[in-house]
Amino acid sequence: MSLTPALKRRRQGGAPDTALRWSLGAAGFALLVVVWEVYKALGPVDGLEIAGVRVLPRTTDLAMPHSWDMVARLFEPVTRADDALPLWLEVVNASLFTLGIAAVGWMIGLTVGVGLALVMQRWRLAEWGLLPWIVLSQTVPLIALAPVVRSWGARVEIGAFEWQDWMSVALIASYLAFFPIAIGALRGLQSPDAIHTELMHTYAAGWWTTLVKLRLPAAVPYLLPALRLAAANAVIGAIVAEVSTGLRGGIGRIIIQYAGQASGDPAKAWGPIFGAIVLGLLAAGSIALLGSTLGRFRRAEVNA
Amino acid sequence: MNTAPAHTEHAVVVSALGKTFSVKSGDVVALDDITLTVEAGEFVSLIGPSGCGKSTLLRLIGDLDQPTSGTLEVFGKSPRQARLDQDYGIAFQQAGLLPWRTVRANIELPLEVHGVAAKARTARANELLDLVGLGEFAEKYPDQLSGGMQQRVAIARALAERPALLLMDEPFGALDEMTREYMQTELVRICAETKAAVVFVTHSIPEAVFLSDRVVVMSPRPGRIERIVPMQLGSTSARADDLREDVSFFEMVTAVREALHAGSEHAPRGVELR
Repeated sequence: MSLTPALKRRRQGGAPDTALRWSLGAAGFALLVVVWEVYKALGPVDGLEIAGVRVLPRTTDLAMPHSWDMVARLFEPVTRADDALPLWLEVVNASLFTLGIAAVGWMIGLTVGVGLALVMQRWRLAEWGLLPWIVLSQTVPLIALAPVVRSWGARVEIGAFEWQDWMSVALIASYLAFFPIAIGALRGLQSPDAIHTELMHTYAAGWWTTLVKLRLPAAVPYLLPALRLAAANAVIGAIVAEVSTGLRGGIGRIIIQYAGQASGDPAKAWGPIFGAIVLGLLAAGSIALLGSTLGRFRRAEVNA
Repeated sequence: MNTAPAHTEHAVVVSALGKTFSVKSGDVVALDDITLTVEAGEFVSLIGPSGCGKSTLLRLIGDLDQPTSGTLEVFGKSPRQARLDQDYGIAFQQAGLLPWRTVRANIELPLEVHGVAAKARTARANELLDLVGLGEFAEKYPDQLSGGMQQRVAIARALAERPALLLMDEPFGALDEMTREYMQTELVRICAETKAAVVFVTHSIPEAVFLSDRVVVMSPRPGRIERIVPMQLGSTSARADDLREDVSFFEMVTAVREALHAGSEHAPRGVELR
């Protein structure tokens, strides 16, 4: 059976494959823009309502600005004030602020998640006791949690250390981030087969040695997707927490603020939304970068 | 590193050993009244139908399971102490190599765990790579090797600490017949060089005959030693492929087969005789 060149390239991996994936991604994005504009041009001006429920949006410039207007708006000043920055710079600044908080939240999530996974791997009893609570923790709505964390934080004052509002946001972000890491790390740590754990047993290797030589390397393929998910979660958590705690300076704040101005400046509200998307991609992408350095831990399991 | 036990003592002494597993439907007697001595440097195969407890016996010797009754000594020590002293190396049916480690790093794993210095590890790994004939594959990963090669790496790894006893649980069971015969010839050579005693679990009569000084024939339910058949084929280290076509070889195959069938006659499958 002869393979098509494209398939052969895919089997071998490598550069052409990567280029193909990037161009497909770009094509998907272009398609989205086309669909947006086509609907805006051809759709009913007042949208479509069925039994009082609007199922299709209005196509006015207010509801659906032209995609080029949204891009053009990025390069105009934020306000009419003389010293106003261009919108894109404002969005970038806010994004970096949020990214910093999300990164702190991600790292807290990593520490707590891996810590919980280690405890649960070490003591089966801890797994039985903890795992249901970990799963249950994610059913608490973030919006309900934010004011509580903020008011608790306001009372924390240890010596010279004073709780900052951004710390509440980071903590809430970590609340979303730790979950996939704890679950992924636990599965990964438990993934070695009996043959491998017995082998370490015959080497008279203790828990720590087995962890370092066997369990942690075996956990890498499980950890990487968990870390990526956690990174995206941390960004979402940080944005939502910024909104619900009212923290200034981040992307969550300006999303709300510009949305309030949308009646006069509809394209402006899309700036921070693009920022949030880029932020999520950036966070997930940096994990992919981390993964590319750990290639040898992701080799296929040996089957014989 | 361990101090190599003197080769004059017994490698394994098993007496009146019993092992019972508790399952939902009651107790299952896996091994009953097993008595067996393996001399230092001797090659002993355990053979028998499924459920005769041959793998269980191997696991008890390796301290991977605890006996219910009787005594078990490995080089005059408890199996646990022998394990802690690294007196034995072990190889399973699955090669069980770590996929993220190269061939070399896999062989070095036990040495690394026991804190052997990097230089000494490299030297020992080189010796072992030569011994199993995989020198040029040292930097390859397990998924780049054939099943037979992977199993050779596993054997090299089992030999890393120069154990005086090798425990092997159907190590060639997953290989095709040609590779299997090749590996058997290799194992005879390796054992002659290392002078290690071997306890070898297998399903294959010709394999047991070709490799062993003595073949222990076991019968199931409960797992018992049916007969111990000494192989009258001369020294194991002098054996080569031509032995497989020798009349004496076929005589021994017949002897083991008859012992196996004698075992299954008065212990039909599924019938509890106790």
